[in-house]
Amino acid sequence: MGILGQVTATAALAHAAAPTPSMFDPVGTPAETILDITWLLIGICGAIGVVMFCLIAFAVLRCRREPGDDREPPQVYGSNPIELAWTVIPLMIVLVLFMVSARGVFELERTSPPEGALEVTVTGHRWWWEFNYEDEGVVTAGELHVPIDDGGVADIYLTVKSADVAHSFWMPQLGPKVDAIPNRVNHLWLQANRPGTFVGQCAEYCGNQHANMLITVIVEPRAEYEAWLANQKQNAVDDIKVRQGRDLFLRTACINCHTVRGTVANGTFAPDLTHLMSRREIGSGVVANTPENLREWVFDPQNIKPGCEMPSMKLTRDEVDLVCAWLETLK
Amino acid sequence: MTALQPPAGPASASGPVPFLSRLHEWVTTVDHKKLGTMYVVTGIVYLIIAGLEATMMRWQLAWPGQEVLTPEEFNRLFTMHGTTMVFFVGMPILLGSANVLIPLMIGARDLAFPRLNAFGFWLFFFGSLLLYFSYFGGQGLYGMGSAPDVGWFAYAPLTERTFSRGHSTDYWILGIFVAGIGSTATGINFIATILGMRCRGMTLMKMPLLVWIMLVDSILIVIALPPLAAAQIMLLFDRMLGAHFFDAQAGGSALLWQNLFWFFGHPEVYILILPGFAFVTEIIPVFSRKVIFGYPLMVAATVAIGFISVGVWVHHMFAVGLSPMLNAIFMGSTMLVGVPTGIKMFNWVGTMIGGKIRFDTPMLYSTGFLCQFLLGGLTGIFLATVPFDWQVSDSYFVVGHFHYVLFGGLVFAILAAVYYWFPKVTGRMMSERMGKWQFWLLLIGFNLTFGPMHVSGMLGMPRRIYTYHLDRGWELWNLLSSIGVLIQLVGFALFAYNLLHSLFKGKEAGDDPWDAWTLEWSTTSPPPAHNFDEDPVVHSRRPLWDLKHPDDPDWKYE
Repeated sequence: MGILGQVTATAALAHAAAPTPSMFDPVGTPAETILDITWLLIGICGAIGVVMFCLIAFAVLRCRREPGDDREPPQVYGSNPIELAWTVIPLMIVLVLFMVSARGVFELERTSPPEGALEVTVTGHRWWWEFNYEDEGVVTAGELHVPIDDGGVADIYLTVKSADVAHSFWMPQLGPKVDAIPNRVNHLWLQANRPGTFVGQCAEYCGNQHANMLITVIVEPRAEYEAWLANQKQNAVDDIKVRQGRDLFLRTACINCHTVRGTVANGTFAPDLTHLMSRREIGSGVVANTPENLREWVFDPQNIKPGCEMPSMKLTRDEVDLVCAWLETLK
Repeated sequence: MTALQPPAGPASASGPVPFLSRLHEWVTTVDHKKLGTMYVVTGIVYLIIAGLEATMMRWQLAWPGQEVLTPEEFNRLFTMHGTTMVFFVGMPILLGSANVLIPLMIGARDLAFPRLNAFGFWLFFFGSLLLYFSYFGGQGLYGMGSAPDVGWFAYAPLTERTFSRGHSTDYWILGIFVAGIGSTATGINFIATILGMRCRGMTLMKMPLLVWIMLVDSILIVIALPPLAAAQIMLLFDRMLGAHFFDAQAGGSALLWQNLFWFFGHPEVYILILPGFAFVTEIIPVFSRKVIFGYPLMVAATVAIGFISVGVWVHHMFAVGLSPMLNAIFMGSTMLVGVPTGIKMFNWVGTMIGGKIRFDTPMLYSTGFLCQFLLGGLTGIFLATVPFDWQVSDSYFVVGHFHYVLFGGLVFAILAAVYYWFPKVTGRMMSERMGKWQFWLLLIGFNLTFGPMHVSGMLGMPRRIYTYHLDRGWELWNLLSSIGVLIQLVGFALFAYNLLHSLFKGKEAGDDPWDAWTLEWSTTSPPPAHNFDEDPVVHSRRPLWDLKHPDDPDWKYE
């Protein structure tokens, strides 16, 4: 398992720039709204907790039996006013909390996209995320690119689906999570108010490699995004120098699952590879997309992401080099 | 001693009883005390097994990128840990303690249906073996599987044959289904016993609160378990007969399973925690030397929790994309359950204040329960709040929350109960010194394990992941959690030693070592098979208080 240790270490380096996906570091209205409600909760529940702890501490410290004191204390059977107080006051607190939070629910759960929002269909697969820019005809995996104007905010309106079992799409800094459930279409409004790279991952247990079903959201200036999009719209280039690898790819079972636009490969079970090299990671974020990792992945993905749906194709090392030389032209 | 002799003759013969005869006596018994003890002992054995499963998971997660376990092994471990803890630790300990205590507390000879009781126990026992047999038999014909790896709530369609090959999920279904029938039968038994077999003078409002709580608990069992059984049979139809209830690929509904499961699952967590309430409600007054504060309100709060708990299940599904109105309604009902629970907290503390508290082990654990359950309850209000839940549902925050409720709450209450009633059941005291060491070890170990989980959850760590990358900033919190587990291990080893040591070497307890007030302390320790030589007659909620204080009896004030 030395390989795995090595590639994990490489992955750690590649991830070094990514921040902790903390809900306390929101970058948009949905996540900020939730954080505001959280502070309210911390305040109210914290106050209740402090009161209760003081009462318990008082009882523990001041109401102990003195050694040798065998008389029973006065028996108090109850008190209607006191009991009424600790029934009604919590009821009122609950009412306030309910009203504030219910408003948040209606604000955050949008049924239509905000004006100018980027609309993308997200499909959870075991164990990777497919991002389909349906208006543009662009399909990619693992990384969501989002344009942002200078000083503006980027609204994202996702249509969330599942291809197999239940998953959950969770980007803590951008907003709430929503489950991806087969036979069901959900929507999710996220927002970013600054450029950056944000991370998240699948939150609903979906089987073996649930832990490595990561999400990267790249919020970038509109010009960069447009360049990225223009590139994504292109078909795969057909470079004569790597024809051998291309033919090998097209001859083996790779094409049953993968699509490479511009070739006969049009499978939809696995990530679209048309612009594989434009992605920072492979295996849905399990390792960085470096030449060595790519070769190890093609040789036997089970060494890197044990249990993932891609089998080892039993290629020789030379064949792997040929295929990867072609894959590396898919920029 | 005019009552019936135990069924196995050799027990009364002179000389040591042969092992086989003793085994025969235990296996064929219909005595509620013996069955109760068997429930609790089985529960403690599974507690140790499931605890070790958790230890292995914490070892794997102690640092990013560890390779202690493969993903399959990890996924099986958390499935077995959760399933075992809920169905084969929580349930048997609650059924077992209710078995021992209900007849003794209401002055009855046994449960209403002793043979049904034994039937229930053996269903539970073999159900648990069926689940653990999956480690050997789960391979099935497909060469896949071993133990189930679908999570304790087994979300469809992950449990369909497409995604869960082999027989492991079938063992999960059958094991819990069989045990569930036993639990339902025992729940009916408890209801019949409590309603029909109370001693003379014990009206409903003169029952010990433990019996009240167990009555509500039993009603919840009878309401909640059949929907699970139905859902499991539907799943079995899907897997065995090609039905499509939950098979999304054929148009089945994943949400149907979630609704059915949580319609069982949420009452279930109240079924588990209510006995914890019951234990501390009996223990706190005795060690504070004061009558429980506000008995009628405690009864009302218990009944209210019972009612509300069957109307909150959707709070497990806030993230599935239901309409805002539906989410808001279930947010309201979930927050509402905090009110009766809060009343109970206040009444416990109200009982302690003005008392003369003796901090023997049962009271120590009860105080630990109060503090930790308080925290678990407060994070429960956090999670009831839909927008916050959207952020942290299915994260480590949730794991922290329910361990504060079920471990910091329930397990601490169970430990309080074990230390409190051990003398009654065995006739011997447990070691107070070891008990106190164990308490402090567990208190520190528990909080160190589960406190940091709230942080890692809010930092974006989902539950049920077998590994994580170093850069996520979760490593410190996970390391702390794993260190906490080591401290807990020492505490539980001490507990196991204390149990065995005290069973043989503990000092004689006498009938009433804690100077308590309920009926079970009026008979010998251990009680004879027929429980009471004379049918007890009670005049108040604390019959032994009346006996000890004839000048100032309770019935004057109730």
